[in-house]
Amino acid sequence: MKKRGPLFALLMSITLLLSGCSSLTVLDPKGPAARTLSDTIIFSIFMMVGILAVVYVLYIYMLVKYRARKSNEGYEPPHDEGSKLLEITWTIIPIIIVIILSVVTVKSTIAVENVPEGYEDQEPLVIYASTSNWKWHFSYPEQGIETVNYVNLPTNRAIEFRMYSYGPITSLWIPQLAGQKYAMSDMVTKINMVADVPGSYMGKNANFSGEGFAHMDFEALAMPAAEFEEWVEDVKANEKDLTEEQFDDLLVTPHVGRMSFSSTHLEFSPPPEDGHHSNGHTDHQDKKQKFPEPATSEEEVEFDGEPNVEPDTSNEDSTHNNHEGH
Amino acid sequence: MKWDEFFVTGEPLIYGAMVSIVLVSLAIVVGLTYFKKWGYLWKEWLTTVDHKKIGVMYILAALIMLFRGGVDAIMMRAQTSMPDMKFLDGQHYNEIFTTHGVIMILFMAMPFIFGLMNVIIPLQIGARDVAFPRLNAISFWLFFAGAMLFNISFVIGGSPDAGWSAYFPLAGPELSPHVGNNYYSLSIQISGIGTLMTGVNFIVTILKMRAPGMTLMKMPMFTWSVLITSVIIIFAFPVLTIALLLMMLDRQFGTQFFTMQNGGMDMLWANLFWVWGHPEVYIVVLPAFGIFSEIISTFARKNLYGYTSMVLSMLVISALSFIVWAHHFYTMGQGAMVNGFFSITTMAIAVPTGVKIFNWLFTLHRGRIQFTTPMLYSLAFIPIFTIGGVTGVMLAMASADYQYHNTMFLVAHFHYVLIPGTVFAVIAGFHYWFPKVFGFRLNERKGKTAFWFIIISFNVTFFPLFFLGLQGMTRRMYTYSEETGFGPLNMLSMVGAIGLTIGFILLVYNIYWSTRYEPRDKTGDPWDGRSLEWSIPSPAPVYNFAVVPEIKQRDEYWFAKKEKRSLFDKKIEKIHMPSNSGKPFVLGIAFFFLGFFVVFSWWSLAIPAGLAVLIIMATMSFDRDHGYYIPAEEVAQTEKKLRGDTV
Repeated sequence: MKKRGPLFALLMSITLLLSGCSSLTVLDPKGPAARTLSDTIIFSIFMMVGILAVVYVLYIYMLVKYRARKSNEGYEPPHDEGSKLLEITWTIIPIIIVIILSVVTVKSTIAVENVPEGYEDQEPLVIYASTSNWKWHFSYPEQGIETVNYVNLPTNRAIEFRMYSYGPITSLWIPQLAGQKYAMSDMVTKINMVADVPGSYMGKNANFSGEGFAHMDFEALAMPAAEFEEWVEDVKANEKDLTEEQFDDLLVTPHVGRMSFSSTHLEFSPPPEDGHHSNGHTDHQDKKQKFPEPATSEEEVEFDGEPNVEPDTSNEDSTHNNHEGH
Repeated sequence: MKWDEFFVTGEPLIYGAMVSIVLVSLAIVVGLTYFKKWGYLWKEWLTTVDHKKIGVMYILAALIMLFRGGVDAIMMRAQTSMPDMKFLDGQHYNEIFTTHGVIMILFMAMPFIFGLMNVIIPLQIGARDVAFPRLNAISFWLFFAGAMLFNISFVIGGSPDAGWSAYFPLAGPELSPHVGNNYYSLSIQISGIGTLMTGVNFIVTILKMRAPGMTLMKMPMFTWSVLITSVIIIFAFPVLTIALLLMMLDRQFGTQFFTMQNGGMDMLWANLFWVWGHPEVYIVVLPAFGIFSEIISTFARKNLYGYTSMVLSMLVISALSFIVWAHHFYTMGQGAMVNGFFSITTMAIAVPTGVKIFNWLFTLHRGRIQFTTPMLYSLAFIPIFTIGGVTGVMLAMASADYQYHNTMFLVAHFHYVLIPGTVFAVIAGFHYWFPKVFGFRLNERKGKTAFWFIIISFNVTFFPLFFLGLQGMTRRMYTYSEETGFGPLNMLSMVGAIGLTIGFILLVYNIYWSTRYEPRDKTGDPWDGRSLEWSIPSPAPVYNFAVVPEIKQRDEYWFAKKEKRSLFDKKIEKIHMPSNSGKPFVLGIAFFFLGFFVVFSWWSLAIPAGLAVLIIMATMSFDRDHGYYIPAEEVAQTEKKLRGDTV
């Protein structure tokens, strides 16, 4: 009768869960940070299904038992003010559930805000991730290289992304490695992650940032440390330096494909970190004046729409360091 | 500025819309002239201060906006139904999801609720009007002026395109130089002032104008919910007023509150927006709880279970609603402790909400449940809203939200809260109170057909979005590639959206059909109701209550019926009523033009319009109209006509 809608939804959810769990990116983590989040989510789903079950059973019972029908035509329902005991029960039990969930939340939030367990003794690899008009700039200060619209990561190494923006608020999200966080123009935010399985993962901007937002994805490729070193050397040897002029040009271009450089923009356009914060005169903020008006014409969007390649960790030399991919 | 900059050009869809706007306007003008209805329109509607008529106008406007927002929704679903769809471009899609959000929340959900409030609250508390009838008319016309201003944006100048939350710096002058977001700040500002006045009006009405004997704890639950909502309004809306003012200064006067340069802080906007925006969620959902309480107890044929805890839970929700806003940006890097605090306050809202769910379930206990159309919507609300509620708890967990934030999971969640919570409530309330206003019921059979379409299609539309979110699909993406695998579930969602459209068309068809063919209700109490609004004839006379009843207990009318006593055995006396006034309508028009000129920064026109606003307000403040009296004999006659000869 009445419950067909939700029942249908429930059935559908079960079918989908059974058939396609592996396609649910968020529940298919490839690193400890995302695994913590995935475990938290699955735990909360079980709790919530329990709550739903209680409500649904009561609901169906009430509707079936107390519906109006011929046989109870003259029945006059009683006046019922309520029961203190029952009302206290369904206040206390949810409070207990909320307390349990709060403990899980605070613990897991602290866990993902820090270097993942087991990697605390490592000095994290710092990568600055900044955005401008629908593209990503990844700077590796340690390695002295910079990439656009793709990022390569060594596996089993603590990585610290530091995000900021040359324009609207964006959000860095690599769902299989860690949750997202905003990149804003006047502060630097941080995400910790470790990739413990080599592979190619979808990364994207999760926060709406204007016309070209839908195309603002990038590939995050996790590879063994040795291979990563090889790639760094290759970029350093074969790519040009990033000049300030070229970077300014890049900032005003709405979309570009993949690029690699053998130096970073951090020297001439430092991130808005402590000391550079919101005094209105930093280099970083000057750059923002060069930020273009969003394109209003129908110009063809050029972006790296190629599907992420399947991870192939054995021979990984040419596919990822060809700049200007498109 | 050239004409082709003034009108939006180059979009076949918008040309179509322009043509249809012109045709509909012409049809209205010609129709009014042909049927000689201009005088009727002016006297009975445009100048009315009768709360019931103002309520009807709110509801009519809200229904129109439901379809405008619905067309936006269908276009979005169509664009994302398949990978690499070429139906809309990025810019057009951005405008559509922005206007969809603004219209559905501010110009559909709120006015629909205000409409029901206006119609019912004075009737439920035994009053003859609201406390400030003319202010009420001003509130309506300001809302209407704001809504119209917002709606013309897509043909004149271009719609806002930075999302309904209009985050800076994207919505700022550097990145959105065109007038779209000027429309956003001004139209919401104008209707927001009206909303704030409605809040004041209803607080005073409910506190000061209850029938003798009706203490606070004897009020019907809908009245309680509106009282609490009004309190939230007067605390939350001033924040929006100031935020929108700062937005306008930033965009049009070169200030730097939210900019990227010169010390502006983009997150300040996000904070101000959500300090208003989160309580706003409860402004649209608490009255819905009130509506469901009325309907469920009426059709379970029992008094509401746990009245006191129902009131307490709403009070707790209203207090908590102001300390959860930061959950909208867990991901802005505010640290584990701040996130933890807001997680706990957010999850805590589930506790009072759960209390309400169980109280409704136990209202059914030992009842005799009648499955009328309004009851079907109220019953469907319980399981569907519970899904929305538990996913809300999941989103409230800060760490997990790092994965859901900005994804389709979030979109699914808030549609699972707002559609059963608000849309089902206003539709249920619409079916339930329709006979009180118009004197006949909507057809039950047709109503139920529409119900099943809406309920099933709703789940088909929005349930897949939970999975799309977990697959990594972010919201507000106008396109995606085949490899993402988002295609099939989006297609399923599109199928649901078509079903929803059919459901809503059936609902409107039912209004048309019932107006023509449904038998008229002579009793004034077609559902065998419990609260005072059912004790007077339908449609309710202009003065509502010929004799103000005295209240001794909750559901007084129900007990009076059972004990076969009359609530109205006192003598009929002359009744004082407020006179109609054309000034609120004219003020609305003046505000519309003021807003329109400011949108385009045409100061030489905006200044006279602003002066006109001030002059109208000044003349109103010197008005010496103290209303009029309806003589006792006339009241007696009207009552006799409406009730047969019972009085």
